[in-house]
This record gives sequence, structure tokens and C-alpha cells, in this order.
Amino acid sequence: MERRLANETHMSVSVWRGDAVGSFQPFEVKVEDNQTVLDVVAWIQQYADPTLSYRYACRVGMCGSCAMMVNGTPRWTCRTHVKKVLVDGHMEIAPLRNLPVIKDLATDMDPFFDKWVAAEGVHHPTLTRNDPIEALDPAAEARVESAAGIECINCSVCYAACDTVANNPDFLGPAALQRAWSVYNDSKNADRQAVLDAVSGVGGCHNCHSQGSCAVHCPNALNPMNAIAGLKRETARNFFRRRS
Amino acid sequence: MKLGLYMAQRISALIMVPLVLLHIGVMIYAIQGGLSAAEILGRTKGSILWFAVYGTFVAAVSVHGAIGLRTVLSEWLGLRGGALNAAAWAIFALLLVLGMLAVHGVTAR
Repeated sequence: MERRLANETHMSVSVWRGDAVGSFQPFEVKVEDNQTVLDVVAWIQQYADPTLSYRYACRVGMCGSCAMMVNGTPRWTCRTHVKKVLVDGHMEIAPLRNLPVIKDLATDMDPFFDKWVAAEGVHHPTLTRNDPIEALDPAAEARVESAAGIECINCSVCYAACDTVANNPDFLGPAALQRAWSVYNDSKNADRQAVLDAVSGVGGCHNCHSQGSCAVHCPNALNPMNAIAGLKRETARNFFRRRS
Repeated sequence: MKLGLYMAQRISALIMVPLVLLHIGVMIYAIQGGLSAAEILGRTKGSILWFAVYGTFVAAVSVHGAIGLRTVLSEWLGLRGGALNAAAWAIFALLLVLGMLAVHGVTAR
């Protein structure tokens, strides 16, 4: 939906300045025909205030480094058109929620990536490099489940959108758990139990309240909530299996 | 929340589902044509069946409610570790004691 701009030639942009403490700084930016939120941030840094800190790399929605809060919603800024998010000619740009702020729009992504490791979303090989490459059946049920999450670009939009992460800093979060689910269903993964154990702890998949913000906001239209439901199902099955 | 707590909450919910339906069903059935407290107590006093039904119900509610409130206390008030578990055990004990007192009240001779 295209909104009419209050001022057709310029928009007002509030940009977060500081770290955990700080305030929004107003900027006037010229409206262009084709303009992304990242274009606006880059323009401010290049022409208005070179001390503005932000993070980006590919500009085409592949690297997952430019995610920010735009009007309170987590978005990949390089693929978000300004006209889609302007409200009465105004927008507010802030660093991603649920992560420590280093400076301005740049967050410390360490907690996010540490949780990927903690969720055991790592490959446990079944073969060595000397073995022939194993063929996969793309239509196999487990492969379809596994493939559903592999287009994740690690942008942390789901992590910023998640209210459970906001209320429980131990929670591993949607992205890490979705990766764990992909690895769990991979026929080339040798240690499924390690994945189930990793997602069954204090911060594990069972904390998820299935609110679905991750699935709503994922820029690649993935569904981490579905992956977490799968982990809950498998850990519950495994709970009885291990006791019998 | 660890897997063990998650399973305890789900299993207690599974136990509660038929008991809730039974509870509501019997209530609707029993009051057709009017019913006094004396008539209800006349049927429940000394009944091992009703003691077992409501005793199980109270035990399941105590487990289920304590784990649920444990999550609320953790997420809304930031309680962690020993304080969180102590609060959950206290809620469990309170629900169990109050519930069992009620069960005893209507089933003891």
C-alpha cells in the first residue's frame, strides 16, 4: 500500500543515536522514486552525519547484515521500500530489538550467533572426505522438512521480533532452533540425539509460546515456529523412548 | 523451561481433559430437576470413586498450574534459579493442600 507523503519532496527520519542509552536524532531526507530504507541510512551517513554507525554488506537481501527496527518493526532494510513504511512522511529507524547496541544502528550479534552454536546447529558428519558423496532424495519427507529452513540468512529479524526472547534472555530463539531442526532432519547428520539434548535445556525449544512473530516477520517467508513445533514433537517422543 | 517440566505440564493437561469433561457433564446431569447440597454430599461422602476422581484432578491441577505460573513469574518478574523453583514449589503445595482439603471435605465420612 502506498501512502501519501506529508511533504512530497522530503521525509523526516528519526535515527537512534547512542548505545543502550541515547535518543532519536531527526534528519530531513529527499524522497526518491526508488529508495530503500538502507538507501536513506546510507544517505544520512554520507551527506548529513558521517559519524552514524550502521551495518550492511550485500544490499540485495542475501547477507542478512542490514536488519534494523523500522517504525518498531524488524525489517531487512536493503529490501524494504521507503514508500512501504513511511507514515505521514515520517519513519523511525532503530537498532534491532533483543540485542545489545554497540553504537547507533549497529548491534552486537554475538548473543544471537552464540545461540546458534548452543542449539547444536552444526554438522555431525556420517562420512569422511574419502567416502563417495551420498545421494539425497529431494522428495524424502525429512529432506523437505530440512530444506524448509535452509534459506535462512541469519539476519536476526525473527530474534528481534520474538517476545519470548525479550522476556527470557536464555531462550535460544527462532533462528537457532530452526537451524537445529534442519540439521536434525538432515540424513547426513550423524548425531540426532546431540541436537535433541541441546534444545531440551533451560533455554530450549519448550519455552516457545507459538506466538508466531518469527514467521510473520521473516523476510524470506520461513516458518521457524513450525520448526520449533517439530522439535517439541521429537523431544517429547524421545522422552518416552529413552525411558522405555 | 526444561523438557521434564514441559512433559509434566502436557501430561497433567492430558489427565485433566477427561476429568474436566466428567466434572462439567456430571454437574449438568445432576442438577436436572434440582439438587441440594445434602443430596450431593450424600452421594460423595465415603465414595472412593469421587475421592479418586477429584484427588487426581487436584494433583494434576497443582502440577499444571505451578509450572504455568513458574513461566509467568520467570518471564514477567524475571525470577530465576532457586527463587523461581521455590516459588513454583510453594504454588504447587498451596494448590495441592487447598484442593485436597476440599476433596476431603466432600468425600470423608
